[in-house]
Amino acid sequence: MTTAQGVGARSAVAGKYLSLVVASVATLLPLAVVFMAALKTEPESANNGPLSVPHNWFNLENFQIAFTQGHMLRAFGNTAFILVFSVTGTVLIGSMTAYAIDRFRFPFRRLTISLFLLASLVPGVTTQVATFQIINSFGLFNNRWSAIALYAGTDIVSIIIFLQFMRAIPISLDEAARIDGASPLRIYRTVILPLLRPAIATVVIVKGVVIYNDFYIPFLYMPSPDLGVVSTSLFYFKGPYGAHWEIICAGAVLVIIPTLVVFLFLQRFIYNGFTRGATK
Amino acid sequence: MSSRQRSGRSLLARSTPWLFLAVPLAFLVTFTYTPVFNMLFYSLTSWDGFSPDMEFVGRANYTELVTRPDLFQVFYVSLFYLASGVVQMVLALYFATVLSFNVRFRNFFKGVLFFPYLINGVAIGFVFLYFFQPGGTLDSVLGLFGARDEHLWLGDPDLVNWSLASVSLWRYLGLNFVLFLGAIQSIPGEIYEAAELDGANRWHQVRHLILPGIRPVVSLSAILVVSGSLSAFEIPYIMTGGANGSTTFVIQTVKLAFQFNKVGLASAAAVVLLVIVLLVTWIQRHLVPDEGVDLV
Repeated sequence: MTTAQGVGARSAVAGKYLSLVVASVATLLPLAVVFMAALKTEPESANNGPLSVPHNWFNLENFQIAFTQGHMLRAFGNTAFILVFSVTGTVLIGSMTAYAIDRFRFPFRRLTISLFLLASLVPGVTTQVATFQIINSFGLFNNRWSAIALYAGTDIVSIIIFLQFMRAIPISLDEAARIDGASPLRIYRTVILPLLRPAIATVVIVKGVVIYNDFYIPFLYMPSPDLGVVSTSLFYFKGPYGAHWEIICAGAVLVIIPTLVVFLFLQRFIYNGFTRGATK
Repeated sequence: MSSRQRSGRSLLARSTPWLFLAVPLAFLVTFTYTPVFNMLFYSLTSWDGFSPDMEFVGRANYTELVTRPDLFQVFYVSLFYLASGVVQMVLALYFATVLSFNVRFRNFFKGVLFFPYLINGVAIGFVFLYFFQPGGTLDSVLGLFGARDEHLWLGDPDLVNWSLASVSLWRYLGLNFVLFLGAIQSIPGEIYEAAELDGANRWHQVRHLILPGIRPVVSLSAILVVSGSLSAFEIPYIMTGGANGSTTFVIQTVKLAFQFNKVGLASAAAVVLLVIVLLVTWIQRHLVPDEGVDLV
């Protein structure tokens, strides 16, 4: 009887590891073949199957073509520009809103909170038909500021994250500063913002990943090739390189590598950030 | 003089919160509430998006939406994403449970499962266009197991939605899994020890300890799955452009508005989607009211 139990327990453990290995293979295989395809020469990629390994593991020619002809430098530049201003804007808007709502009592306070909470229920994809007209009427169509305004101005989740961190900052700290004669703006700048650092880190990471990956907004609002961001520039590989999978795969790898590097270095922050961002 | 000074001060003091809120509220009204109200209005017109005159057509757009079968077909497509979302939740729960106990290479498995969620959507689209090519990775792997036929995974209307929905599973499983894992780990460890002393096996622990403990996160994931399946856009748009019967609700709306200049009809579609998503959220809030979202 003990042996039967032992066998049962051992096969349960084996099943557990088997399922983990199968899941890892299913996750990694599609990426691994793309990585290999990016290292193949044109005839290699045309004649050999996708599971064959590249002849020369250091053949970087496809990356060079993808980077220069796909205008990836410009794409990374545009993404960086949008990223910096949107993230800064999100942090300022979120922390200012949280400061005003948490530290002051004023008429219509509850109404203001409800307006923000209600807005968090409206999924952005549904309203773009009408948002487009507004962006257009501001003359922001085909302008990087359209994306920045939308990223910074419609992110309610960040506001909620800031509100939750703000409540954890003891109000006695504000009061001490106020007794010393500090104005609200000064308190916000010198007391609140520095103490919100964990919230800022969370929002910067989550927002950074979301903006780097977003396709919908740049695709709708900035179709001009000069304004291509990482997503849209990669998307336009589809036409000219239709049959050249080695180039398309190199482009995809170029886009994935920065994400991988950030993930490896900031793993713990990323897990925490996304759990917090989704549940709050 | 001194009283005037004081009233000046108190006016400033009273307006302080509004000074901090001015910019955030301006953005909120301009980019969230105005679009919603404009959209409601456009949906009652036959506007094309640029001409100065808008003809009021009443509920004609809504009637067209529910009576034209090709427009209604998008709901059928979202069922595939819904099905893959259910599988995704079950798998996420399984892996979260397994990895919340002692496992070798725990961090490696966790990282591998989560990483796809961080990858750029266009890159994922290309990765899987390559994967599903006739004679591509999937066919080759199936060939290793003896199934040597080639399939049009993305060209065959009977297969395309399954293929696309499984890509969305590959992409979102990681987030779902990490959410569940976080929730399971926030259940205090002593409870398991007590349960083990009482002779509860793993299955009992899952049913009676883990599931009740993570109920809020499960219901949150359920909303994400439902609203995600209705608003699927990136993966199908990048991979097939909506061809071969893979058009989703959002692809259709984008095409109506920006390709066929039917802003009125597209707005009606968007209003329907918004109402459904709000309804689902409302139902969830009522089923699981102990969410603890009190910010007041």
